[in-house]
Amino acid sequence: MSDLDQFRQETRAWLEENCPASMRVPSKGFDDLYNGGRNPEIAHPDQKTWCDRMAARGWTVPQWPTEYGGGGLDKEQVKVLRQEMARISARTPLDSFGISMLGPALLHFGTQEQKLEHLPKIARGEIRWCQGYSEPNAGSDLASLATKAEDKGDHYLVNGQKIWTSYADKADWIFCLVRTDNSGSKHEGISFVLFDMADPGVTTRPIKLISGSSPFCETFFDNVKAYKKNLIGEEGKGWTIAKYLLTHEREMISGFGAAPKKSVGQMAVETLGTDASGRLANGILRQNIAQYQLDTLVFGATMARVGDEAKAGQGLGAASSIFKYYGTELNKRRNELNLAALGEQALGWDGEVYHGGVTSRDWLRSKGNSIEGGTSEVQLNIIAKRVLGLPDE
Amino acid sequence: MALVLNEEQVMLKDAAAGFLAEKAGVAHLRALRDAGGEEGFSGDVWAQMAQMGWAGIAIPEEFGGLGYGYTGLGLVLEQAGRNLSPSPLQSAVLIAATVIAELGSTEQKEQLLPAIAAGEKLVTLALQESGHHAPLQTVTSAVLDGDAYVVNGSKVMVLDASTADAFIVIARTGGAAGEEAGLSALLVDAGTAGLSVEKRSMVDSRNAGAIFLENVRVPASGLLGAQGHAWAGLARALDIANIGLAAELLGLSAEAFERTVAYLKERKQFGRVIGSFQGLQHRAAELFAELELARSIVLQALHAIDEGQADLALLASAAKAKLCEVAQRASNEAIQMHGGIGMTDEHEIGFFLKRARVAQHTFGDYNYHLDRFARLSGF
Repeated sequence: MSDLDQFRQETRAWLEENCPASMRVPSKGFDDLYNGGRNPEIAHPDQKTWCDRMAARGWTVPQWPTEYGGGGLDKEQVKVLRQEMARISARTPLDSFGISMLGPALLHFGTQEQKLEHLPKIARGEIRWCQGYSEPNAGSDLASLATKAEDKGDHYLVNGQKIWTSYADKADWIFCLVRTDNSGSKHEGISFVLFDMADPGVTTRPIKLISGSSPFCETFFDNVKAYKKNLIGEEGKGWTIAKYLLTHEREMISGFGAAPKKSVGQMAVETLGTDASGRLANGILRQNIAQYQLDTLVFGATMARVGDEAKAGQGLGAASSIFKYYGTELNKRRNELNLAALGEQALGWDGEVYHGGVTSRDWLRSKGNSIEGGTSEVQLNIIAKRVLGLPDE
Repeated sequence: MALVLNEEQVMLKDAAAGFLAEKAGVAHLRALRDAGGEEGFSGDVWAQMAQMGWAGIAIPEEFGGLGYGYTGLGLVLEQAGRNLSPSPLQSAVLIAATVIAELGSTEQKEQLLPAIAAGEKLVTLALQESGHHAPLQTVTSAVLDGDAYVVNGSKVMVLDASTADAFIVIARTGGAAGEEAGLSALLVDAGTAGLSVEKRSMVDSRNAGAIFLENVRVPASGLLGAQGHAWAGLARALDIANIGLAAELLGLSAEAFERTVAYLKERKQFGRVIGSFQGLQHRAAELFAELELARSIVLQALHAIDEGQADLALLASAAKAKLCEVAQRASNEAIQMHGGIGMTDEHEIGFFLKRARVAQHTFGDYNYHLDRFARLSGF
């Protein structure tokens, strides 16, 4: 038996023994995911048990090195672990920005001391993180951010305001872009710091969206201490780290462009019926849906191609630059077509008959996809300049 | 099969790019057009292409081909699209050889395919009868009379009609217009009595034409496949043909786009290069995104042919519909962004617009294939 087969066998046995039955059914939504933290929200007591058992093996972050709380697994082993978890429908034990966003940046840019300090706590789900990037006057033009960090010897004193801070009201720590220098160009003088949200100078206020309540917050800093040992990278060089992290975020968001389980065309046939030739009864809606489904298929082929090219060692080609732009635009189209196909049913806002208004709320929320993490227009600027080489002036 | 090219394929692509740019580029097409010859392509260039084996790329080795598969042929077609290279690569190799491979008996394949692979015999498919691609609406009739079929009808959009040695005529031996059953494929030699060929001058300066069949007697041995049962094989051959045309349109669109981006970087107005205007930058970036998507579906569809995937029909219509859409946009934007110079015959960019529309129309345009894609998707 190969080492990998043996690994699979052991993993299967361990999962069988340790994954609670309640964690072998899909989560009921965002509220039912386990995010960890000092005061974790626990929808089911088994969530913490499952997370702790997996964390003890380093399997909340199986690909991270063991010294930082990871599993130290190679790519093939990680794949086996995912397959074996999928086999029994095991839930992801821990879902956090620490794992998906800060962790990769720390592994790349952090000092050994910083990694040892923060990564194991992320891996064990002890500290929940949020991201402090956008400000009221620094949205698409993120580099114009103004939250000030004043040098006070062993720490910075942070004053200012962040916006669109997801889960700021629930997070323990923040990774935050602050301005440590005002004298140079706007891209210089930005630093990437970590600090504790328990500081009395931090206040948060949830933001209600057009789709209803949301995880987003406004976050205010009034003389908050950020210790210099938690400055990641060099002072004034935070923009590089910010961009690195944004790439991760954009990849995450572009996943929204994937095809839904039930096709919009099938849904429309169920509500509108077909004509004598078997075609969807409304020809104009049919054309719009066909165009959307065609683009979804073609987008899927492009994700596969870029993945295959990367595996073949050809690096991430120019095609990857279109993912965020195209994926989010596709998702918006899908949501508009859901409305058109389902009619009255899709316009409900609340109540059981409308399943809590899930269709209309998803539709409303999708409008933000092409704004957050870099607007479609910013993405097009990036393609025009970096890929096509079109000049500024 | 991973969606990447292997070493052999990259070499083939580079060889095709080099040869076609040198011997069969837009200047070559312009010269042929201006000379006004009957052929619409250069026999000399075709002989060289055949010598390199391109006429037999997708034909199995047992029938005299290279057996590289359709992915290989697609790469050459993409380069032919980039250079607007006129040749029987589409009519004889992509289409006729595929119909023969799908429908022919071993004996017929042995007789025809090695000659096509050598570039010596030019065969072409005669299918379309009216303004649009509608294969099931075929009314051309073939009635068995003793040892021969008597064929009556007419065909348009017959690619390379004036140079063809033989035609594969799709005719009804039974059934009614709209039905799959009753369609048959007959190999008709160009010199057969009652068959007349009319070269037509089309916008892309190639030599598609019409043929007329009046009581044409075709020996029963010219029947490809079983009488009345040509549809399944023909449909698969048409799927392959459309994927090949999508590959050609990919090359055409990419080249038109790259020429346009280069022009945006060089043309100055208002004291700056026009490529610095965001109004043009975003349109170029959107087109870039569409071209990347187009490249993916063409490659996936080509692989689907070579792997014998069951969803070939869906992928073929997806590829053709998408490439029709992208080629239309890329060629229209190319003219608009070139401005006045793009409207002149002297500039080359107009040739891309002209070929794009003919290739789009050939064996079903955007409307045909989007409708088919939706039907195959169940709505």
